Amino acid sequence: MILLSTVRRILTQLRHDPRTIALIIVVPTLLITLIYFMYEGQPRVFDRVALTMLGVFPFIVMFLITSIAMLRERTSGTLERLFTTPVGKLDLLFGYGIAFGLAATAQAAVAGGFAYWALGMDTAGSVGLVILIAVANAVLGVALGLLCSAFARTEFQAVQFMPLVVAPQLLLCGLFVPREDMAGWLQAISNVLPMSYSVEALTEVGVHAEPTGIMWRDLTVVVGAVVVALILGAATLRRRTA
Amino acid sequence: METAIEVRDLVVRRGRRTVLDGFTCVIPRGSVTGLLGPSGSGKTTLMRAIVGVQTVAAGTVTVLGHPAGSAALRSRIGYVTQAPSVYADLTVRENARYFASLYRLGAAEADAAVASVGLAAHAGQLVTNLSGGQRSRASLACAIISRPEVLVLDEPTVGQDPVLRDELWDHFRGLAADGTTVLVSSHVMDEANRCDRLLLIREGLLIADDTPAAVKRRAGTDDLDQAFLKLIRDNEQVAVR
Repeated sequence: MILLSTVRRILTQLRHDPRTIALIIVVPTLLITLIYFMYEGQPRVFDRVALTMLGVFPFIVMFLITSIAMLRERTSGTLERLFTTPVGKLDLLFGYGIAFGLAATAQAAVAGGFAYWALGMDTAGSVGLVILIAVANAVLGVALGLLCSAFARTEFQAVQFMPLVVAPQLLLCGLFVPREDMAGWLQAISNVLPMSYSVEALTEVGVHAEPTGIMWRDLTVVVGAVVVALILGAATLRRRTA
Repeated sequence: METAIEVRDLVVRRGRRTVLDGFTCVIPRGSVTGLLGPSGSGKTTLMRAIVGVQTVAAGTVTVLGHPAGSAALRSRIGYVTQAPSVYADLTVRENARYFASLYRLGAAEADAAVASVGLAAHAGQLVTNLSGGQRSRASLACAIISRPEVLVLDEPTVGQDPVLRDELWDHFRGLAADGTTVLVSSHVMDEANRCDRLLLIREGLLIADDTPAAVKRRAGTDDLDQAFLKLIRDNEQVAVR
Protein backbone atom coordinates (compact mmCIF):
# COMPACT_ATOMS: atom_id res chain seq x y z
CA MET A 1 0.00 0.00 0.00
CA ILE A 2 1.38 3.35 -1.08
CA LEU A 3 0.25 5.25 2.04
CA LEU A 4 1.96 2.79 4.38
CA SER A 5 5.19 2.72 2.43
CA THR A 6 5.18 6.53 2.37
CA VAL A 7 4.80 6.58 6.17
CA ARG A 8 7.65 4.10 6.43
CA ARG A 9 9.81 6.16 4.06
CA ILE A 10 9.29 9.37 6.07
CA LEU A 11 10.02 7.60 9.37
CA THR A 12 13.15 6.05 7.83
CA GLN A 13 14.34 9.52 6.81
CA LEU A 14 13.78 10.62 10.39
CA ARG A 15 15.62 7.56 11.71
CA HIS A 16 18.71 8.53 9.68
CA ASP A 17 18.72 11.86 11.51
CA PRO A 18 19.26 11.01 15.19
CA ARG A 19 19.92 14.62 16.11
CA THR A 20 16.45 15.66 14.96
CA ILE A 21 14.93 12.76 16.87
CA ALA A 22 16.78 13.85 19.99
CA LEU A 23 15.57 17.43 19.56
CA ILE A 24 11.99 16.29 19.03
CA ILE A 25 12.01 14.14 22.16
CA VAL A 26 14.19 16.17 24.53
CA VAL A 27 13.45 19.86 23.84
CA PRO A 28 9.84 20.02 25.12
CA THR A 29 10.87 18.11 28.24
CA LEU A 30 13.73 20.56 28.86
CA LEU A 31 11.46 23.56 28.38
CA ILE A 32 8.88 22.19 30.77
CA THR A 33 11.65 21.64 33.33
CA LEU A 34 12.62 25.28 32.81
CA ILE A 35 9.01 26.32 33.52
CA TYR A 36 9.10 24.16 36.66
CA PHE A 37 12.04 26.13 38.05
CA MET A 38 10.53 29.46 36.93
CA TYR A 39 7.44 28.78 39.05
CA GLU A 40 9.16 26.96 41.91
CA GLY A 41 6.97 27.27 45.03
CA GLN A 42 3.84 28.07 42.95
CA PRO A 43 2.61 24.59 42.02
CA ARG A 44 -0.84 25.87 40.92
CA VAL A 45 0.68 28.23 38.36
CA PHE A 46 3.13 25.58 37.18
CA ASP A 47 0.26 23.13 36.67
CA ARG A 48 -1.61 25.59 34.49
CA VAL A 49 1.34 26.84 32.41
CA ALA A 50 2.96 23.42 31.95
CA LEU A 51 -0.37 21.90 30.90
CA THR A 52 -0.80 24.59 28.24
CA MET A 53 2.78 24.15 27.06
CA LEU A 54 2.24 20.40 26.65
CA GLY A 55 -0.20 21.38 23.92
CA VAL A 56 1.83 24.24 22.46
CA PHE A 57 5.31 22.68 22.09
CA PRO A 58 4.28 19.74 19.90
CA PHE A 59 2.34 22.16 17.70
CA ILE A 60 5.37 24.41 17.15
CA VAL A 61 7.88 21.61 16.61
CA MET A 62 5.69 19.66 14.20
CA PHE A 63 4.73 22.79 12.27
CA LEU A 64 8.39 23.61 11.68
CA ILE A 65 9.52 20.08 10.83
CA THR A 66 6.67 19.48 8.45
CA SER A 67 6.91 22.74 6.57
CA ILE A 68 10.64 22.24 6.01
CA ALA A 69 10.24 18.55 5.06
CA MET A 70 7.51 19.33 2.54
CA LEU A 71 9.46 22.25 1.14
CA ARG A 72 12.39 19.89 0.62
CA GLU A 73 10.15 17.56 -1.38
CA ARG A 74 9.24 20.50 -3.57
CA THR A 75 12.73 21.94 -4.05
CA SER A 76 14.63 18.65 -4.43
CA GLY A 77 12.46 17.55 -7.36
CA THR A 78 11.23 14.44 -5.55
CA LEU A 79 7.69 15.87 -5.44
CA GLU A 80 7.70 16.42 -9.19
CA ARG A 81 8.99 12.92 -9.71
CA LEU A 82 6.41 11.40 -7.34
CA PHE A 83 3.69 13.06 -9.39
CA THR A 84 4.81 11.09 -12.47
CA THR A 85 4.24 7.87 -10.46
CA PRO A 86 0.96 6.34 -9.20
CA VAL A 87 1.25 8.24 -5.87
CA GLY A 88 -1.92 10.11 -4.89
CA LYS A 89 -1.89 13.53 -3.24
CA LEU A 90 -3.65 12.08 -0.20
CA ASP A 91 -1.02 9.32 0.08
CA LEU A 92 1.54 12.07 0.53
CA LEU A 93 -0.45 14.36 2.83
CA PHE A 94 -1.67 11.56 5.07
CA GLY A 95 1.77 9.94 4.87
CA TYR A 96 3.28 13.04 6.44
CA GLY A 97 0.33 13.44 8.82
CA ILE A 98 0.63 9.88 10.14
CA ALA A 99 4.44 9.70 10.23
CA PHE A 100 4.92 12.98 12.07
CA GLY A 101 1.81 12.27 14.15
CA LEU A 102 3.58 9.16 15.44
CA ALA A 103 6.68 11.21 16.22
CA ALA A 104 4.45 13.73 18.01
CA THR A 105 2.88 10.96 20.07
CA ALA A 106 6.31 9.91 21.30
CA GLN A 107 7.17 13.53 22.03
CA ALA A 108 3.95 14.22 23.96
CA ALA A 109 4.22 10.96 25.90
CA VAL A 110 7.78 11.69 27.02
CA ALA A 111 7.15 15.35 27.88
CA GLY A 112 3.81 14.57 29.56
CA GLY A 113 5.18 11.61 31.48
CA PHE A 114 8.13 13.65 32.69
CA ALA A 115 5.91 16.57 33.78
CA TYR A 116 3.61 14.28 35.76
CA TRP A 117 6.04 11.92 37.37
CA ALA A 118 9.27 13.87 37.71
CA LEU A 119 7.97 17.42 38.12
CA GLY A 120 4.80 16.59 40.04
CA MET A 121 2.40 18.25 37.61
CA ASP A 122 -1.15 17.70 38.75
CA THR A 123 -4.40 17.66 36.78
CA ALA A 124 -7.88 16.68 37.86
CA GLY A 125 -8.46 14.75 34.63
CA SER A 126 -6.49 11.85 33.18
CA VAL A 127 -2.99 11.83 31.68
CA GLY A 128 -4.31 9.96 28.65
CA LEU A 129 -6.62 12.85 27.70
CA VAL A 130 -3.80 15.37 28.05
CA ILE A 131 -1.64 13.35 25.68
CA LEU A 132 -4.55 12.84 23.28
CA ILE A 133 -5.11 16.60 23.06
CA ALA A 134 -1.36 17.24 22.74
CA VAL A 135 -1.18 14.79 19.82
CA ALA A 136 -4.23 16.39 18.15
CA ASN A 137 -2.46 19.72 18.47
CA ALA A 138 0.73 18.27 16.99
CA VAL A 139 -1.20 16.87 14.03
CA LEU A 140 -2.72 20.33 13.61
CA GLY A 141 0.86 21.64 13.40
CA VAL A 142 1.63 19.03 10.72
CA ALA A 143 -1.45 19.97 8.69
CA LEU A 144 -0.77 23.72 8.87
CA GLY A 145 2.90 23.09 8.07
CA LEU A 146 1.94 21.16 4.92
CA LEU A 147 -0.35 24.00 3.90
CA CYS A 148 2.13 26.81 4.61
CA SER A 149 4.98 25.09 2.76
CA ALA A 150 3.03 25.76 -0.44
CA PHE A 151 3.52 29.50 0.08
CA ALA A 152 7.26 29.35 0.72
CA ARG A 153 9.85 29.11 -2.01
CA THR A 154 12.89 28.81 0.25
CA GLU A 155 13.65 27.50 3.70
CA PHE A 156 14.24 31.09 4.83
CA GLN A 157 10.67 31.92 3.92
CA ALA A 158 9.34 28.71 5.46
CA VAL A 159 10.76 29.48 8.91
CA GLN A 160 9.25 32.97 8.73
CA PHE A 161 5.83 31.37 8.68
CA MET A 162 6.46 30.09 12.18
CA PRO A 163 6.08 33.48 13.96
CA LEU A 164 3.24 34.34 11.60
CA VAL A 165 1.23 31.19 12.28
CA VAL A 166 2.33 30.30 15.81
CA ALA A 167 2.80 33.60 17.67
CA PRO A 168 -0.75 35.01 17.31
CA GLN A 169 -2.22 31.67 18.37
CA LEU A 170 0.07 31.50 21.40
CA LEU A 171 -0.61 35.12 22.44
CA LEU A 172 -4.38 34.88 22.05
CA CYS A 173 -5.00 31.35 23.34
CA GLY A 174 -5.75 32.51 26.88
CA LEU A 175 -2.40 31.71 28.46
CA PHE A 176 -1.22 35.32 28.93
CA VAL A 177 -4.59 37.06 29.27
CA PRO A 178 -7.78 35.10 29.96
CA ARG A 179 -9.83 35.11 26.76
CA GLU A 180 -12.89 36.58 28.46
CA ASP A 181 -10.82 39.63 29.60
CA MET A 182 -9.69 40.50 26.05
CA ALA A 183 -11.16 43.28 23.93
CA GLY A 184 -14.07 42.07 21.79
CA TRP A 185 -12.16 42.11 18.51
CA LEU A 186 -9.25 40.18 20.03
CA GLN A 187 -11.73 37.59 21.33
CA ALA A 188 -13.19 37.34 17.85
CA ILE A 189 -9.73 36.60 16.42
CA SER A 190 -9.03 34.18 19.24
CA ASN A 191 -12.29 32.39 18.42
CA VAL A 192 -11.14 31.50 14.91
CA LEU A 193 -7.66 30.30 15.93
CA PRO A 194 -7.62 26.53 16.49
CA MET A 195 -5.05 26.63 19.29
CA SER A 196 -7.52 28.53 21.51
CA TYR A 197 -9.65 25.39 21.48
CA SER A 198 -6.85 22.96 22.26
CA VAL A 199 -5.70 25.13 25.17
CA GLU A 200 -9.28 25.36 26.47
CA ALA A 201 -9.60 21.58 26.15
CA LEU A 202 -6.40 21.10 28.17
CA THR A 203 -7.65 23.54 30.82
CA GLU A 204 -10.86 21.54 31.07
CA VAL A 205 -8.85 18.38 31.73
CA GLY A 206 -6.86 20.33 34.30
CA VAL A 207 -9.87 21.25 36.44
CA HIS A 208 -12.41 18.46 35.83
CA ALA A 209 -11.92 14.86 36.85
CA GLU A 210 -14.16 13.57 34.05
CA PRO A 211 -14.02 14.64 30.38
CA THR A 212 -16.48 17.49 29.85
CA GLY A 213 -18.71 18.37 26.92
CA ILE A 214 -16.68 21.52 26.29
CA MET A 215 -13.51 19.43 26.08
CA TRP A 216 -15.01 17.07 23.48
CA ARG A 217 -16.38 20.03 21.52
CA ASP A 218 -12.95 21.72 21.55
CA LEU A 219 -11.21 18.53 20.47
CA THR A 220 -13.71 18.21 17.62
CA VAL A 221 -12.93 21.78 16.53
CA VAL A 222 -9.19 20.98 16.49
CA VAL A 223 -9.72 17.80 14.47
CA GLY A 224 -12.01 19.75 12.12
CA ALA A 225 -9.26 22.35 11.64
CA VAL A 226 -6.84 19.51 10.78
CA VAL A 227 -9.22 18.20 8.11
CA VAL A 228 -9.76 21.68 6.62
CA ALA A 229 -5.99 22.37 6.55
CA LEU A 230 -5.34 19.00 4.86
CA ILE A 231 -8.01 19.64 2.21
CA LEU A 232 -6.56 23.10 1.54
CA GLY A 233 -3.11 21.50 1.48
CA ALA A 234 -4.29 18.99 -1.13
CA ALA A 235 -5.60 21.88 -3.21
CA THR A 236 -2.16 23.54 -3.18
CA LEU A 237 -0.45 20.36 -4.39
CA ARG A 238 -0.48 20.44 -8.16
CA ARG A 239 0.67 17.65 -10.40
CA ARG A 240 1.33 20.22 -13.11
CA THR A 241 3.37 23.33 -12.42
CA ALA A 242 4.53 26.23 -14.57
CA MET B 1 6.71 2.46 -37.19
CA GLU B 2 4.42 2.68 -34.16
CA THR B 3 4.26 6.02 -32.38
CA ALA B 4 5.04 6.28 -28.65
CA ILE B 5 4.93 10.03 -28.16
CA GLU B 6 3.18 12.59 -30.29
CA VAL B 7 3.53 16.32 -29.62
CA ARG B 8 1.25 18.64 -31.62
CA ASP B 9 1.48 22.44 -31.71
CA LEU B 10 2.69 22.58 -28.12
CA VAL B 11 2.89 26.04 -26.57
CA VAL B 12 4.48 26.44 -23.13
CA ARG B 13 4.99 29.73 -21.37
CA ARG B 14 7.04 30.07 -18.21
CA GLY B 15 6.49 33.48 -16.72
CA ARG B 16 6.54 35.93 -19.62
CA ARG B 17 8.81 33.81 -21.75
CA THR B 18 7.38 31.50 -24.40
CA VAL B 19 9.63 28.46 -24.11
CA LEU B 20 7.96 26.30 -26.74
CA ASP B 21 5.89 27.95 -29.45
CA GLY B 22 3.93 25.51 -31.57
CA PHE B 23 6.33 22.58 -31.14
CA THR B 24 5.48 19.40 -33.05
CA CYS B 25 7.31 16.07 -33.11
CA VAL B 26 6.71 12.33 -33.20
CA ILE B 27 8.81 9.75 -31.35
CA PRO B 28 8.64 6.11 -32.49
CA ARG B 29 8.26 3.21 -30.08
CA GLY B 30 11.22 1.05 -29.06
CA SER B 31 13.87 3.56 -30.05
CA VAL B 32 16.46 5.77 -28.44
CA THR B 33 15.72 9.37 -29.34
CA GLY B 34 18.23 12.03 -28.47
CA LEU B 35 16.97 15.48 -27.57
CA LEU B 36 19.84 17.83 -28.28
CA GLY B 37 20.28 21.51 -27.89
CA PRO B 38 22.02 24.13 -25.81
CA SER B 39 21.06 24.85 -22.24
CA GLY B 40 17.88 26.92 -22.13
CA SER B 41 16.60 25.67 -25.49
CA GLY B 42 13.47 24.05 -24.04
CA LYS B 43 14.62 20.43 -23.65
CA THR B 44 13.59 20.09 -20.01
CA THR B 45 10.29 21.88 -20.63
CA LEU B 46 9.45 19.47 -23.47
CA MET B 47 10.31 16.48 -21.26
CA ARG B 48 8.19 17.83 -18.41
CA ALA B 49 5.28 18.23 -20.82
CA ILE B 50 5.72 14.62 -21.98
CA VAL B 51 5.71 13.22 -18.42
CA GLY B 52 2.72 15.45 -17.62
CA VAL B 53 4.05 17.78 -14.92
CA GLN B 54 4.29 20.90 -17.08
CA THR B 55 1.42 23.36 -17.37
CA VAL B 56 0.84 23.85 -21.09
CA ALA B 57 -0.80 26.87 -22.72
CA ALA B 58 -1.93 25.14 -25.94
CA GLY B 59 -1.42 22.02 -28.03
CA THR B 60 -1.57 18.31 -27.22
CA VAL B 61 0.91 15.73 -25.98
CA THR B 62 -0.11 12.10 -26.44
CA VAL B 63 1.89 9.27 -24.85
CA LEU B 64 1.10 5.63 -25.67
CA GLY B 65 -2.30 6.78 -26.92
CA HIS B 66 -3.23 8.68 -23.76
CA PRO B 67 -3.06 12.40 -23.00
CA ALA B 68 0.23 13.10 -21.18
CA GLY B 69 -0.12 13.07 -17.42
CA SER B 70 -3.24 10.87 -17.33
CA ALA B 71 -3.49 8.41 -14.48
CA ALA B 72 -3.27 5.41 -16.86
CA LEU B 73 0.28 6.46 -17.82
CA ARG B 74 1.71 6.81 -14.32
CA SER B 75 2.80 3.20 -14.03
CA ARG B 76 4.03 3.05 -17.66
CA ILE B 77 6.39 6.00 -17.70
CA GLY B 78 9.70 6.69 -15.97
CA TYR B 79 11.24 10.12 -15.50
CA VAL B 80 14.72 11.08 -14.38
CA THR B 81 15.09 14.79 -13.69
CA GLN B 82 18.30 16.63 -14.39
CA ALA B 83 19.12 17.20 -10.73
CA PRO B 84 18.99 13.74 -9.11
CA SER B 85 15.60 13.60 -7.41
CA VAL B 86 16.11 10.95 -4.77
CA TYR B 87 15.96 11.35 -1.01
CA ALA B 88 19.43 12.38 0.16
CA ASP B 89 18.73 11.19 3.71
CA LEU B 90 17.89 7.64 2.62
CA THR B 91 20.23 4.93 1.42
CA VAL B 92 20.25 3.92 -2.25
CA ARG B 93 18.44 0.70 -1.35
CA GLU B 94 15.79 2.50 0.73
CA ASN B 95 15.16 4.93 -2.11
CA ALA B 96 14.79 2.14 -4.64
CA ARG B 97 12.49 0.13 -2.38
CA TYR B 98 10.26 3.14 -1.75
CA PHE B 99 9.91 3.87 -5.46
CA ALA B 100 9.32 0.15 -6.10
CA SER B 101 6.47 0.16 -3.60
CA LEU B 102 4.74 2.95 -5.54
CA TYR B 103 4.37 0.49 -8.43
CA ARG B 104 3.42 -2.33 -6.05
CA LEU B 105 6.79 -4.01 -6.65
CA GLY B 106 9.00 -5.59 -4.03
CA ALA B 107 12.55 -5.55 -2.74
CA ALA B 108 13.83 -7.97 -5.40
CA GLU B 109 12.92 -5.65 -8.29
CA ALA B 110 14.35 -2.66 -6.42
CA ASP B 111 17.66 -4.38 -5.70
CA ALA B 112 17.92 -5.58 -9.30
CA ALA B 113 17.54 -2.00 -10.56
CA VAL B 114 20.24 -0.79 -8.15
CA ALA B 115 22.57 -3.52 -9.41
CA SER B 116 21.82 -2.73 -13.04
CA VAL B 117 23.15 0.83 -12.69
CA GLY B 118 26.30 -0.46 -10.98
CA LEU B 119 25.48 0.68 -7.46
CA ALA B 120 25.16 -2.73 -5.77
CA ALA B 121 28.29 -2.05 -3.73
CA HIS B 122 26.88 1.29 -2.53
CA ALA B 123 23.32 0.14 -1.87
CA GLY B 124 23.65 0.66 1.88
CA GLN B 125 25.12 4.15 1.62
CA LEU B 126 23.14 7.33 2.22
CA VAL B 127 22.62 9.19 -1.04
CA THR B 128 24.03 12.35 0.54
CA ASN B 129 27.41 10.59 0.85
CA LEU B 130 27.56 9.59 -2.83
CA SER B 131 29.39 11.41 -5.62
CA GLY B 132 27.38 13.40 -8.16
CA GLY B 133 27.62 10.67 -10.78
CA GLN B 134 26.55 7.98 -8.30
CA ARG B 135 23.61 10.11 -7.22
CA SER B 136 22.31 10.46 -10.73
CA ARG B 137 22.65 6.71 -11.21
CA ALA B 138 20.66 6.17 -7.99
CA SER B 139 18.02 8.45 -9.48
CA LEU B 140 18.09 6.44 -12.72
CA ALA B 141 17.70 3.17 -10.79
CA CYS B 142 14.48 4.45 -9.22
CA ALA B 143 13.05 5.20 -12.67
CA ILE B 144 13.75 1.80 -14.25
CA ILE B 145 12.44 -0.42 -11.43
CA SER B 146 8.97 -0.61 -12.93
CA ARG B 147 10.34 -1.36 -16.43
CA PRO B 148 8.45 1.59 -17.90
CA GLU B 149 7.42 1.53 -21.56
CA VAL B 150 8.54 5.12 -21.92
CA LEU B 151 11.69 6.33 -20.18
CA VAL B 152 12.42 10.06 -20.18
CA LEU B 153 15.95 10.95 -19.09
CA ASP B 154 17.13 14.53 -18.62
CA GLU B 155 20.92 14.66 -19.06
CA PRO B 156 21.58 11.34 -17.30
CA THR B 157 25.24 11.11 -18.26
CA VAL B 158 26.45 14.46 -16.89
CA GLY B 159 29.32 13.94 -14.49
CA GLN B 160 29.76 10.24 -15.28
CA ASP B 161 33.19 8.91 -16.10
CA PRO B 162 33.66 7.80 -19.72
CA VAL B 163 33.51 4.08 -18.93
CA LEU B 164 30.28 4.46 -17.00
CA ARG B 165 28.82 6.70 -19.66
CA ASP B 166 29.52 4.00 -22.18
CA GLU B 167 27.85 1.42 -19.93
CA LEU B 168 24.81 3.65 -19.41
CA TRP B 169 24.39 4.05 -23.16
CA ASP B 170 24.66 0.28 -23.62
CA HIS B 171 21.97 0.03 -20.96
CA PHE B 172 19.67 2.47 -22.80
CA ARG B 173 20.25 0.58 -26.06
CA GLY B 174 19.38 -2.68 -24.30
CA LEU B 175 16.16 -1.22 -22.93
CA ALA B 176 15.19 0.03 -26.41
CA ALA B 177 15.94 -3.40 -27.89
CA ASP B 178 13.45 -4.82 -25.38
CA GLY B 179 10.82 -2.39 -26.66
CA THR B 180 11.26 0.57 -24.29
CA THR B 181 10.98 4.02 -25.82
CA VAL B 182 13.89 6.06 -24.49
CA LEU B 183 13.99 9.83 -24.79
CA VAL B 184 17.29 11.18 -23.57
CA SER B 185 18.49 14.77 -23.55
CA SER B 186 22.11 15.74 -23.80
CA HIS B 187 24.25 18.59 -24.91
CA VAL B 188 27.18 16.30 -25.66
CA MET B 189 27.23 15.73 -29.40
CA ASP B 190 29.31 12.55 -29.36
CA GLU B 191 26.45 10.87 -27.50
CA ALA B 192 24.10 11.82 -30.30
CA ASN B 193 25.72 9.26 -32.58
CA ARG B 194 24.40 6.50 -30.36
CA CYS B 195 20.77 7.49 -30.85
CA ASP B 196 18.35 6.06 -33.41
CA ARG B 197 16.86 9.47 -34.00
CA LEU B 198 17.78 13.02 -33.09
CA LEU B 199 15.65 15.99 -32.25
CA LEU B 200 17.73 19.14 -32.52
CA ILE B 201 16.12 21.98 -30.66
CA ARG B 202 17.14 25.60 -30.27
CA GLU B 203 15.22 28.42 -28.63
CA GLY B 204 12.09 26.27 -28.56
CA LEU B 205 12.20 25.47 -32.27
CA LEU B 206 12.74 22.06 -33.84
CA ILE B 207 15.71 22.39 -36.21
CA ALA B 208 16.08 18.76 -37.19
CA ASP B 209 14.20 15.51 -36.62
CA ASP B 210 16.06 12.67 -38.28
CA THR B 211 18.61 9.88 -37.88
CA PRO B 212 22.15 10.99 -36.97
CA ALA B 213 23.35 9.86 -40.43
CA ALA B 214 20.67 11.86 -42.21
CA VAL B 215 21.38 14.96 -40.12
CA LYS B 216 25.05 14.75 -41.08
CA ARG B 217 24.22 14.11 -44.72
CA ARG B 218 21.90 17.10 -44.84
CA ALA B 219 24.56 19.36 -43.37
CA GLY B 220 27.26 17.84 -45.58
CA THR B 221 29.65 17.05 -42.72
CA ASP B 222 30.67 14.01 -40.70
CA ASP B 223 30.87 15.94 -37.46
CA LEU B 224 27.59 16.34 -35.55
CA ASP B 225 28.77 19.50 -33.82
CA GLN B 226 29.44 21.10 -37.20
CA ALA B 227 26.20 19.71 -38.56
CA PHE B 228 24.21 21.26 -35.74
CA LEU B 229 25.90 24.60 -36.31
CA LYS B 230 25.19 24.52 -40.04
CA LEU B 231 21.55 23.59 -39.56
CA ILE B 232 21.11 26.49 -37.11
CA ARG B 233 22.64 28.93 -39.60
CA ASP B 234 20.55 27.60 -42.49
CA ASN B 235 17.51 27.90 -40.28
CA GLU B 236 18.32 31.50 -39.39
CA GLN B 237 18.77 32.44 -43.03
CA VAL B 238 15.37 30.99 -43.82
CA ALA B 239 13.93 33.04 -41.00
CA VAL B 240 15.58 36.26 -42.27
CA ARG B 241 14.25 35.72 -45.78
